[in-house]
Amino acid sequence: MKNYSEDWEAVIGLEIHVQLSTKSKLFSGASTDFGALPNTQACNIDLAMPGVLPVLNEEVLKMAVKLGKALNAEINSPTSFARKNYFYPDSPKGYQISQMDKPIVENGYLDIETENGGKRIGVTRAHLEEDAGKSLHDDFEGQSGIDLNRAGTPLLEIVSEPEINTPEEAVAYLKSIHSIIRYLEISDGNMAEGSMRCDANVSVRKIGEEKLGTRTETKNVNSFRFVEKAIQYEIERQIHEIESGNKITQETRLYDSQANTTRPMRSKEFANDYRYFPEPDLLPVNLEKEFIEEVLATMPEMPTEKKERFVSEFSLSQYDADLLAADKDIAEFFEQVTKVSNSPKLSANWIMGELSAELNNENLNIKESKVSSNKLGQLISRIEDGTISGKIAKDIFEKIWTTGKEVDDIIKEEGLEQVTDDKEIESMIDEVIKNNPQQLEQYRSGKDRLFGFFVGQVMKASQGKANPKQVNDILKSKLEK
Amino acid sequence: MDLHKLSLSKQLEGLKKGDFTSTELTSHYLNRISELDGQLNSFITVTEDQALSQAKAADERYKKNNNFSLDGLPIAHKDIFCTKGVLTTCGSKMLSNFEAPYSSTVYDKLDKKGMVMLGKTNMDEFAMGSSNETSYFGPVKNPWNIEYVPGGSSGGSASCVSAELAPIATATDTGGSIRQPASLCGLTGIKPTYGRVSRYGMIAFASSLDQGGVIAKSAEDAALILEAMSGHDPKDSTSLKLDQPDLTNNLNNPIKGMKIGLPKEFFEKEMAPYVLKSIEEAIEVYKSLGAEIVEISLGNINLSLPIYYIIAPAECSANLSRYDGVRYGYRCEDPKDIEDLFMRTREEGFGAEVKRRILIGTYALSAGYYDAFYLKAQKCRQLVANDFSEAFKSVDVILSPTTPGTSFKSGEKTNDPVEMYLQDIFTIPANLAGLPGLSIPCGEHNGLPLGMQLVGSSLEESKLLQFAHSFQSNTDWHMKMPNI
Repeated sequence: MKNYSEDWEAVIGLEIHVQLSTKSKLFSGASTDFGALPNTQACNIDLAMPGVLPVLNEEVLKMAVKLGKALNAEINSPTSFARKNYFYPDSPKGYQISQMDKPIVENGYLDIETENGGKRIGVTRAHLEEDAGKSLHDDFEGQSGIDLNRAGTPLLEIVSEPEINTPEEAVAYLKSIHSIIRYLEISDGNMAEGSMRCDANVSVRKIGEEKLGTRTETKNVNSFRFVEKAIQYEIERQIHEIESGNKITQETRLYDSQANTTRPMRSKEFANDYRYFPEPDLLPVNLEKEFIEEVLATMPEMPTEKKERFVSEFSLSQYDADLLAADKDIAEFFEQVTKVSNSPKLSANWIMGELSAELNNENLNIKESKVSSNKLGQLISRIEDGTISGKIAKDIFEKIWTTGKEVDDIIKEEGLEQVTDDKEIESMIDEVIKNNPQQLEQYRSGKDRLFGFFVGQVMKASQGKANPKQVNDILKSKLEK
Repeated sequence: MDLHKLSLSKQLEGLKKGDFTSTELTSHYLNRISELDGQLNSFITVTEDQALSQAKAADERYKKNNNFSLDGLPIAHKDIFCTKGVLTTCGSKMLSNFEAPYSSTVYDKLDKKGMVMLGKTNMDEFAMGSSNETSYFGPVKNPWNIEYVPGGSSGGSASCVSAELAPIATATDTGGSIRQPASLCGLTGIKPTYGRVSRYGMIAFASSLDQGGVIAKSAEDAALILEAMSGHDPKDSTSLKLDQPDLTNNLNNPIKGMKIGLPKEFFEKEMAPYVLKSIEEAIEVYKSLGAEIVEISLGNINLSLPIYYIIAPAECSANLSRYDGVRYGYRCEDPKDIEDLFMRTREEGFGAEVKRRILIGTYALSAGYYDAFYLKAQKCRQLVANDFSEAFKSVDVILSPTTPGTSFKSGEKTNDPVEMYLQDIFTIPANLAGLPGLSIPCGEHNGLPLGMQLVGSSLEESKLLQFAHSFQSNTDWHMKMPNI
């Protein structure tokens, strides 16, 4: 897909904002629920009333420590807060409480995989900060509204090293972070709702060049696909500009997903001087060794560990294990299905095949599946024990999906048990051979591919219930006679 | 009966015994306010109705014998403490229409103990000033001579207690704003250890320096109320995790054998002869009580003023960013756009001194200057704190003048900010080091009072008050009141 010149390389760093799923805000007791009426979830502290003070929500410390562990990073203790000063109507204090010198998480890394193999991406830091409110420009004629419900919602900003070189790597890194935060249950990671946001710093340089090119920061990219497209666009745009003799301006750009372009938002040359300084209203936080150990004791099995276990315990292929382990809910569903079905391979195939097709069709996530893990497990076990054929199983699956009935009830009610009696199958085959003398002659004179025709006829005669392997074996011996 | 001549503890005693009611006491002060405050301007808001209803409730409790510990005692609050449903202006046009939907912890604590709020006292705008001339609500006068300033920023609190319009008042101190006006008005003012008194609901000037306290007529009165204001507050992360201290029990203990340090750096400076004379006389009093006088050195103390004028403005520049006209307070007329709203609101809503400090602070934090100014100031601040720690290994308290002299005339220093800033040269170090400090009257000059300052080691408010009380038990400077 690279249609830019092979002499160029891109240097990409990602800043990912993850909204932490705490009940209350970072520095106040107001609720963080999404979608409430404007300004109903903003208390005196969120409104930056005179004289009010921030008090740290300690839940976020636990979340950050877990993330630090998952990113193989160091946890700073003490960790401290700083004020980032800027005026904006939806920033009520006129500064944002963030972290500067002592971010809670520092110096980690993440291993990603793409078609070109594995790669280690450094994670510079992850720091805690509060979200801003929202300015609403469309609802008021000639005026702007401000909704401060989101103001003060806790964020972790995860900053990568500029060690990503392609859009594919960027997406792999982003997906890996997404998978981790979902596993840790520290965020729902919903990009469409903004609980995970990604800014991409992109520059290009000639391969072999040491000096970094001028970078731009692309904001407002709210899906994995758009991240890939936005970066791709930005790389091509920059190469095109430079090759046309122009210079890249250091600036912030917005991604327009409809036009698939990026356009300048504001120039960083004239950007704010944020005048960071230590937040005097909050003391540095010491994370005692015991506290960290207690938190780490609650760490769940992480995607890579799970993947390796799927390979060793269930003999799944690397590819299947990777796909299943990437999403915590899917991984859990898979394990539940396997427990009932006793067939990991078949369970994996069904989840990634039939089930995921149906879910996609109806735009559901796996937790909303209309076929429970238990029923899918039973269905697969009926294939395994020979009660039904794979083909019939697909019909039954459809029926469970629409009616919610039990597997065995459907089989019984509709008489769908597989025909495994040799005699019965033999008589069906004899009947088919008798009715198709012409084809028999052709087959026997060397037209091997007519074998499939006969299988089809037999299956049709049995209404799909004949055991396919038995049909194959018996048919072969009969036709060869 | 001249109820205002009684000390707070006598007033409390009188209320308990039923000699007079809180309604009588409160009305007495309200009458004095309406009679005398016209010439002083020490109150921005007088909460007459609320005071009378609080007093009535206190009287009811006394009748039923279920009164609170400070029930029915009147108090004035500096207009920097948010009080629910009452105007809280911080002396600024910016908040001239602001009614907080919540109360400061200081107000709540005293309210729960039954204290009656007489009103909100005038102050320098956002507590920035040393003469109470920067208030949007007009300058406050010194009751000793109304041509003179009462000091600042808690000038209204000092002025009203000095004129006996309130028996005691809350105040705040960022660089001397309790001690300097106490000194210039002949009162006892104490700023406790940083973190002793909750800053929640106390409008911020410089967060790492601001601390609430009281201005009173004696150390005994101050101890009673400061004790009630203190204690850990979960709403203030910088508040110390300590319970309410006992500040009254120790007052009468002798100071014999205890050591008073005199920092040579202060006494080497050129000092007005009358100031030196008063301090020397005070030292003699302490010697006669058995205290030992020790010369000490605070080697970095002369850095205090420049350190303060980096850190305080830096913090204020951020703390005052919230006043943007968007959510509450003053908003300019007909803004063209958001930029215009921000700029004109702040242009019109803030006074000159506030703007000056926002500019200084913004500059000190700017890219390229941060290391040279803010960071260096923080490092030097630590040096000053270390000097104090070292000194307190060998002395109990440190004594110095509170101010370079007695009060000055209104308008005398308004055009020379640096001259004005020098008012706080003796008081600022205690804020930088977070230490408790108090000022008590110890002399007068040309009919104007003068104070001395005692600074104590961290958390040693009790010892400071003990020193102050033993001085006041043996002298009568604190008994002198202006004729008004």
